[in-house]
Amino acid sequence: MTKSMTGARMVVEALRDQGVEVVFGYPGGAVLPIYDEIFQQNEIRHILVRHEQAAVHAAEGYARSTGKPGVVLVTSGPGATNAVTGLTDALMDSIPIVVLTGQVPTFMIGTDAFQEADTVGITRPCTKHNWLVKDTDRLSETIHKAFHVATTGRPGPVLIDIPKDVQFASGSYTDPRRSEMGHYKPQVKGDIEMITRLVEAMEQARRPIFYTGGGVINSGDAATQLLHELVEATGFPITSTLMGLGAYPASGDKWLGMLGMHGLYEANLAMHGCDLMINLGARFDDRITGRLADFSPNSMKAHVDIDPSSINKVIHVDLPILGDIAHVLEDLLRIWKSRGRKVNRDGLAKWWAKIEDWKKVDCLAYAPSSKTIKPQYALQRLQALTKDHDRYITTEVGQHQMWAAQFLHFDAPKRWMTSGGLGTMGYGFPASIGVQMAHRDALVINVAGEASWLMNMQEMGTAMQFNLPVKQFILNNERLGMVRQWQELLHGERYSHSWSESLPDFVKLAEAFGAKGIQCHDPADLDDAIMEMINHDGPVIFDCLVEKHENCFPMIPSGAPHNEMLLGGADTQDAIGAKGAVMV
Amino acid sequence: MSALRLKKGLSKHSAYDLRDPNAEVIESHTLAVIVDNEAGVLARVIGLFSGRGYNIESLTVAEVDHLGHLSRITIVTKGTPQVIEQIKAQLGRIVPVHEVHDLTVEGPSVERELALFKVAGQGDKRIEALRLAEIFRANVVDSTLESFVFEMTGMPQKIDAFADLMRPLGLIEVARTGVAALARGT
Ligand SMILES: Cc1cc2nc3c(=O)[nH]c(=O)nc-3n(C[C@H](O)[C@H](O)[C@H](O)COP(=O)(O)OP(=O)(O)OC[C@H]3O[C@@H](n4cnc5c(N)ncnc54)[C@H](O)[C@@H]3O)c2cc1C
Ligand SMILES: Cc1ncc(C[n+]2csc(CCOP(=O)(O)OP(=O)(O)O)c2C)c(N)n1
Repeated sequence: MTKSMTGARMVVEALRDQGVEVVFGYPGGAVLPIYDEIFQQNEIRHILVRHEQAAVHAAEGYARSTGKPGVVLVTSGPGATNAVTGLTDALMDSIPIVVLTGQVPTFMIGTDAFQEADTVGITRPCTKHNWLVKDTDRLSETIHKAFHVATTGRPGPVLIDIPKDVQFASGSYTDPRRSEMGHYKPQVKGDIEMITRLVEAMEQARRPIFYTGGGVINSGDAATQLLHELVEATGFPITSTLMGLGAYPASGDKWLGMLGMHGLYEANLAMHGCDLMINLGARFDDRITGRLADFSPNSMKAHVDIDPSSINKVIHVDLPILGDIAHVLEDLLRIWKSRGRKVNRDGLAKWWAKIEDWKKVDCLAYAPSSKTIKPQYALQRLQALTKDHDRYITTEVGQHQMWAAQFLHFDAPKRWMTSGGLGTMGYGFPASIGVQMAHRDALVINVAGEASWLMNMQEMGTAMQFNLPVKQFILNNERLGMVRQWQELLHGERYSHSWSESLPDFVKLAEAFGAKGIQCHDPADLDDAIMEMINHDGPVIFDCLVEKHENCFPMIPSGAPHNEMLLGGADTQDAIGAKGAVMV
Repeated sequence: MSALRLKKGLSKHSAYDLRDPNAEVIESHTLAVIVDNEAGVLARVIGLFSGRGYNIESLTVAEVDHLGHLSRITIVTKGTPQVIEQIKAQLGRIVPVHEVHDLTVEGPSVERELALFKVAGQGDKRIEALRLAEIFRANVVDSTLESFVFEMTGMPQKIDAFADLMRPLGLIEVARTGVAALARGT
């Protein structure tokens, strides 16, 4: 049965049929009919953010912490352009987001009408797909299709641009089951012959390693369970990218820690020296590979990925397997078991002995201090004091983000939300709001740098209005620390514009919003201060004054291979040659 | 060499590796891309090429299936084998793209392009132009006392060659359609 209704009503109806519970948005002229419909119902909650960029990051946090798509509603023109950074962020990190934008009426498109922008044109390169709906009869089907595209295959952001006359006009509503999904059907089952060849390689390998990424988390809970079973059964070591943290528990004894530019020594050397690399849902990012010509030179490489364009993009692999992680791991485990669960025990024992040697380097060691709070120490204490909580962590971008990845431990997926591919300062605070909306009783902490945090600090208003007790844990070094570190290493210590001046008094700032502010500068007070933050029932800004000139190590300078890593205490003067300096 | 005595992975060129990108062989490939004929689809394809720095040597597009609303885009592009593979994978991931065929590797194919040439001249030059047009099997589709418009269909190289010959004979304008291509046989 088809129901007739206005386009605006259709939007709400379609969102409800898609199981949407929360929409992050900001109103304006071109979406008023939809806001009017939102006003007249109680099933879908609307969270009024203070800036449209924050709406998208909040939706990303919601999506990453639940596995469900995040939904955003913004107006035309400036509302849509403000969403662009968030869309690009979600595209880079494969986060499913559905963004609805208002548009000027169809008969005014192209006339430079008030608040008109070519939204589908602007967002074409930063969405997985986008639509301009010119006919109310097509609206509901387009919304259902948008959810399908956003959440299947390699997930990503989609956008639907809805002119105001289409919202006012009546049309017939199509429910999700009757909607035409088109030909878009990504392949999920891997090629059995290729999987069998991978099993053969696993049986022989003397120095194997699992290199896992965000794709395992994208694939879902079945994938993380199967991964866990596979790692335990084979005894192979496992490392992960920044995006994949939590897919395998950090407390597991096969865990080597994160790899890459600021990854652990043992993880990077194991990647460099392995003879079989099994990439599961990671994309050979340049933060991982370093100098391509020297990337893991002696290994056979297998790559399981759902996106054909990820395979052989920068690194040529020997065993490409196109498919969904959960589906492929299920077949892989079945075949490996049916062939007698073989691994090369002698080889593995020697391999682990070598890895244990590398671990002894203790690459995360830092010079402790009883006078100033070292950022690493702050995170160690945060880890110790929160690990038994139902805890979710978001981050901003910079040194604090890398230290958080190194010093906080994740034993479950979807607990770690960070901007990896785009590296968007200003991501973490709104993301923490999105996470808290999905997990009302959980402890949600945004590990921030003061500079990043200021980029979306207006969201204090949102946190207060909706009683979201998000904790803003700011490692305040009064520096754009990551930039300062690169200037120290690459630009002769000329610290051009890399310090934070005229900072607000964060405690007063919190109080101005009606929230709680805590400041701490003495390591002796830190535990009590963190406990105070945890125990406060409401939003907290925690201004943690840390050592100003700490560098984040280990570090593989851009353009260097994995086995040329800078460790703490290294001579950092001109550590990166001219060749590395042109890279980012 | 891998301890497994299996073929090891080769690390290939990328933007982060400051090697001369021209050091690798550049190949020309003709791709046929079947897409939904919907608003913006051509912009998606072209945007992909400009955004990722791929080359477009020639591009043609027209609806080929009215009932199915499908268009065929024929693209001639150049790049290293790895870049060509990326281009195909990236095209394949655009939502309204149904199929991507690499006619250069999928077997023999025919390629044709149509061109119009306006040649102005008098006396011997005019006679010579007409004579060459006959040899190239170009048709005269317009003529005045001072000019001809020739129409020619053929491989792009043939059209290039004809243009080179016409230039000294008074070529003033050329319009080309770009390449249309189909696989041979069934
Ligand atoms: C300051 C800074 C420093 C950084 N340093 C590091 C670092 O030291 N180490 C590090 O690891 N990262 C680092 N990053 C992050 C880095 O830039 C990349 O974002 C990250 O490495 C990419 O992670 P990934 O390879 O897991 O890929 P993702 O971006 O998570 O991509 C996921 C891959 O999985 C595939 N996929 C998705 N769904 C599925 C499915 N269902 N089945 C199969 N495959 C699927 C996708 O197609 C894609 O190829 C840093 C970022 C910043 C901002
Ligand atoms: C929007 C944006 N602008 C600029 C950058 C470049 N950038 C990366 S890290 C960084 C400094 C971050 O400083 P802060 O948030 O204080 O964190 P810290 O590195 O000190 O921990 C900058 C400017 C970025 N990643 N994002």
